[in-house]
Amino acid sequence: MPASRGLAQTPDTERAGRAGRGAEIALDRLTKRYGDFVAVDEVSLTIEPGEFMTLLGPSGSGKTTTLNAIAGFVTPTSGSLRMDGTAIESAPPHKRDIGMVFQHYALFPHMTVAENIAYPLRRRKIAKDRRRELVAAALETVRLGEYGHRYPRELSGGQQQRVAVARAIVYGPRVLLMDEPLGALDKKLRDWLQLEIKRIHAELGTTFVYVTHDQDEALVLSDRIAVFNNGRIEQVGSAHALYERPETLFVAKFLGESTVLRGAAEAGAGRSALGKAGRTLTAAGELTGAAAIVIRPERLVVVGAGERAEPGWNALPATVLQEIYLGSSRKLELRLPDGDTALVREAAGRLSAARPGDEVTLTWRVEDAVLLPDDPDVETVLT
Amino acid sequence: MAVLDEAPGAARPTAGPAAPGRAPRERGAARPAVLLLPALVLVLVFFAYPLATMLWRAFTEPETGWGNFTWFFTTQANIDVLVRTFTTALWVTVIALLLSYPYAYLMTVAGPRGRAALTLLVLVPFWTSLMVRTFAWMVILQDTGVLNRTLDLVGLGPVHLIRTQAGVIVGMVQLLMPFMVLPLYAVMSGIDRRYVQAARSLGARPLTAFAGIYLPLSLPGIAAGSLMVFVSALGFYITPALLGSPDDALISQQIFTQVNGLLQWGRGGAMGVVLLGMTLALLVLVALVTRRAGRKVSL
Repeated sequence: MPASRGLAQTPDTERAGRAGRGAEIALDRLTKRYGDFVAVDEVSLTIEPGEFMTLLGPSGSGKTTTLNAIAGFVTPTSGSLRMDGTAIESAPPHKRDIGMVFQHYALFPHMTVAENIAYPLRRRKIAKDRRRELVAAALETVRLGEYGHRYPRELSGGQQQRVAVARAIVYGPRVLLMDEPLGALDKKLRDWLQLEIKRIHAELGTTFVYVTHDQDEALVLSDRIAVFNNGRIEQVGSAHALYERPETLFVAKFLGESTVLRGAAEAGAGRSALGKAGRTLTAAGELTGAAAIVIRPERLVVVGAGERAEPGWNALPATVLQEIYLGSSRKLELRLPDGDTALVREAAGRLSAARPGDEVTLTWRVEDAVLLPDDPDVETVLT
Repeated sequence: MAVLDEAPGAARPTAGPAAPGRAPRERGAARPAVLLLPALVLVLVFFAYPLATMLWRAFTEPETGWGNFTWFFTTQANIDVLVRTFTTALWVTVIALLLSYPYAYLMTVAGPRGRAALTLLVLVPFWTSLMVRTFAWMVILQDTGVLNRTLDLVGLGPVHLIRTQAGVIVGMVQLLMPFMVLPLYAVMSGIDRRYVQAARSLGARPLTAFAGIYLPLSLPGIAAGSLMVFVSALGFYITPALLGSPDDALISQQIFTQVNGLLQWGRGGAMGVVLLGMTLALLVLVALVTRRAGRKVSL
């Protein structure tokens, strides 16, 4: 696209036009304390050049503090922060080669859209003609070509958000930080802007660090996701890895839906046995002690009273509580003999005969479940 | 005081506080008017009537015509007083602004407890009688007062402050500072800190971010506070009378002399009319300027 080419030639950086111009960001045991409260606790994370990394977690998990440390608004208590190998933890925000999009956009209300976008260019003493070209190119990139003369308050939330993106990319920073940029928008607009952000990321090749508490957003956008909890990173990986192979119970519960079966595990040869509701369940992996078997809803298969379960699969008796029809699939909520609930998702065309009130058998393949150490802080209640 | 009360409204750029709440007024249109009545009577009896009397006397005593105004504008001493009044008010406003701006900013960044303490520090003198505070300044500023004793100890020698224009300005700045701090704080507390953070992330040094982003956004507060202080300072009587020298009298003192000393009600009235007219003209000017600026700055 011509627009993106215009942006890539920003004179601020002489890395113009070079492919993969995003910077590498490396956090090493980064820690931020406020008095006794540890907001970020020894976080180590390497973000590859040009990568789209999402920091995902509930509020208060340390993801925004980590982002603000990268931006320079928070000075780390200890640990190091490097950009392409250069330590930047003590550099002031205006000396770091970053762009930032704020949750509520933070567009300057006393400036027009064009003046807002030109602001970082003026700070870099870029000539007026060149400035005008770059502003036009940035507006083109976010598809707001006609709006330069308007004031921010004359734009809708989604338009303001795109202006904020244009302002943050116009000077070609090598890293773009985004702090829940879509949080204030309605669902439909959010879905569309997610695709826009993905497109802009592909066009620019800049390293994106994106903070959100919305797991769906993280799944749609990211190359990799770092899941934060209590100031620590629980797991870093692709959306697929986090969903299929969660390493902690928190990740399993936070990302997507799952059924969690808790019990005491006994390790055997490559397998473990877990007692649950008077049955013995088998899980892959060796683990002894308090543990939990985690199964994604689409991996569970409901077997009716007259049918036979697949040989070798785990099986638990269950009662169907309710059915939620979703068009492309349906969800079943089941009660296990010990009172726990299980969640099953059946794709349309492969629906079982089970109805609310039916006594059924809940089955799954051993390899389709993940065995994890139990974490008493994680609730088992279905969300 | 009635002029003063209008000041914050006139200086605020919001054009439409009247827009909401218009609908319910249509049905019981008489009721709000009844609520206004006591205040209206008060203003008519204690403000409009004396004002009209003053106007009447300015044009009729000792004889009908422009005589009193001709006298005012052709007497050099009167022009000097008028100029001195305006320059004093200007100095007071500028100094109060320079002192209040960082103070109000500190109030916005302080924690809840710090903010309460800072607010109290502004309000306590505000609740103390003006007379008491002026006398306190006399004690502090006099040649053998606390300030000069302290300066003496450091070897900076006595500085004559009492009965000088500088002394008057010092006293007035302190007395009027709440009128500057409070509007500034009201506007500053509405400025999102992320504007400055955004400017910093976009490459602005701290001072550049302040000058280009924070200062323009705080302009409505500067305008409101400055107007309050300036207009109040123009009509100050007690403080300049007690702290100042008769040679450096301000217009309110001259009015007092004309009316109380020389029984020249007409001349005193004319001086009052001149002060009122100039103040109104200033209010209109500021309202026009801030309205234009308000179209650009809205919070």
